[in-house]
Amino acid sequence: MDLVVNIERLCKTYGESRVVDGVDLSVQRGECLGLLGPNGAGKTTTLRMLLGLTAPDAGVVQVLELPIPAQARAMRARIGVVPQMDNLDPDFSVIENLRGYASYFGISPRSIESRIEELLAFAALTNKRHARTETLSGGMKRRLSLARALVNDPELVVLDEPTTGLDPQARQLIWQRLRRLVGEGTTLILTTHYMEEAERLCNRVAIMDHGRILALAPPRELIAQCVEQNVIEVYGPGLDAWLTASESTDEARIERLGETAFCYVANERPIIEELCARHDIEFRHRRANLEDVFLKLTGRDLRD
Amino acid sequence: MRLTDGVRWLPVWWRNFRVWRKLLGAALLGNIGEPLLYLIALGYGLGAFVGQVDGLDYVTFLASGIVCSSAMNTASFEGMYSAYTRMEVQQTWISMLTAPLGIADVVVGEAMWAATKSLISAVAIYIVAAALGAVSGWASLWVLPIAFLVGLCFGAWALVITALSHSYDTFLYYFTLILTPMLLLSGVFFPLDAMPPAVGYGAALFPLSHAIALVRPLMTGGELGPVWLHLTVVGVYAAVALVIAVRLLNRRLMT
Repeated sequence: MDLVVNIERLCKTYGESRVVDGVDLSVQRGECLGLLGPNGAGKTTTLRMLLGLTAPDAGVVQVLELPIPAQARAMRARIGVVPQMDNLDPDFSVIENLRGYASYFGISPRSIESRIEELLAFAALTNKRHARTETLSGGMKRRLSLARALVNDPELVVLDEPTTGLDPQARQLIWQRLRRLVGEGTTLILTTHYMEEAERLCNRVAIMDHGRILALAPPRELIAQCVEQNVIEVYGPGLDAWLTASESTDEARIERLGETAFCYVANERPIIEELCARHDIEFRHRRANLEDVFLKLTGRDLRD
Repeated sequence: MRLTDGVRWLPVWWRNFRVWRKLLGAALLGNIGEPLLYLIALGYGLGAFVGQVDGLDYVTFLASGIVCSSAMNTASFEGMYSAYTRMEVQQTWISMLTAPLGIADVVVGEAMWAATKSLISAVAIYIVAAALGAVSGWASLWVLPIAFLVGLCFGAWALVITALSHSYDTFLYYFTLILTPMLLLSGVFFPLDAMPPAVGYGAALFPLSHAIALVRPLMTGGELGPVWLHLTVVGVYAAVALVIAVRLLNRRLMT
């Protein structure tokens, strides 16, 4: 088995708080792994330890069969990183950003030129090559960050929230490019708050909270294992009356959030028939998705 | 091409150099225009009243001091305001650290860049001083590598302050409490002979006064004192600051 990342019993404590608390995680070559979790779940700290930017208190980290942080420099020469916040050089043009970043890897400007043309095409920035970074849109900046992470032809790319803050079109383009990378055999690890992003891109998804991995499986399996197949969201003035009187909800798991009740159920028919008979109530029926798994595992409380 | 351990700081230096080249006008004006104004205005304006100092025309006396003080100021600004911007605002250092560069590469690259800017400003002042007839002999060219060393020393200390700072405001304390007293009491504008002896002893602790002890005789053709002592003091200040800056930034950025 070709493991790109192998993490065992990883721990990190800042002061009193255990930010990462016994994480085990392995990533195979060519897969796209998604790391999901509320703010403060320990995702970014886990990634930092994986990159050798933070020393773990306990546990083992191996990336590309190199011990981390001991061999972090040799490892970082072979991987790419797309940070959460763009840290492109604002004084430089698109092409100068790529050249400059390549120099950090010891790649000379001359030998990178043909690679840069490929990267510009990949990021759909060929026409913007001489544009100053500050003048680019959010989506273009993100694509440039992604292209920059590929200057060294990495075996593994780590992306921290690659599409946060982008409009749907810009996000679609990033997704398309990430799929192409996976198709070419590049291993990806990404964190995200967007469940549909994880569902579409990731072979496997790890849900993290309070420094632990709560579940780790392909998205469909997670949904099948953790929640009922159907969700009916019910709201309207008759909600309370219906909940008290209903017989069809005995089989369902019901979560109440403000004015809406979420009914999780295997067989949705009886509930829908009952709801159709009432005029003081509205509802929406859908298939369960990763967000339902996420909320079930991490709770609905707001994290700030 | 693979970067070997000794020159891994070079891309950091090169990155700053390319930005500087883009913004050349403003950079030159700030780092060279101001010290030249001091040199000419004080050299001739004040010089007319002062006459000779230590057997030299005042403008000649002052030129060697301004080379050193400008090296100090240039490197200090670069190591604080500019470096802090790269660390916090632009996150440039983090982008380097996610590539195969380490904190030591960043610190050495930044300090070498600060020293380079000091060298550039020293060259400009040297040329003007030569045109004013305030420079004597080829040996005076040695002041340029010394200005580089001074820049390395103050650039490295500026990085220490940057590593401890959480806003630009902190830098004002360092300027007012450390650099300005050093500027006034190291013999840039006047010799320390007329001051109480305690000031002279205190000034012996300042790297800037050791730099001036070298640069002034070299530029004016005077008698050189203990060269290695002066060089060692400035060099040790630089080395200690580099080590501290690496430690502090490791703690700040790599935990």
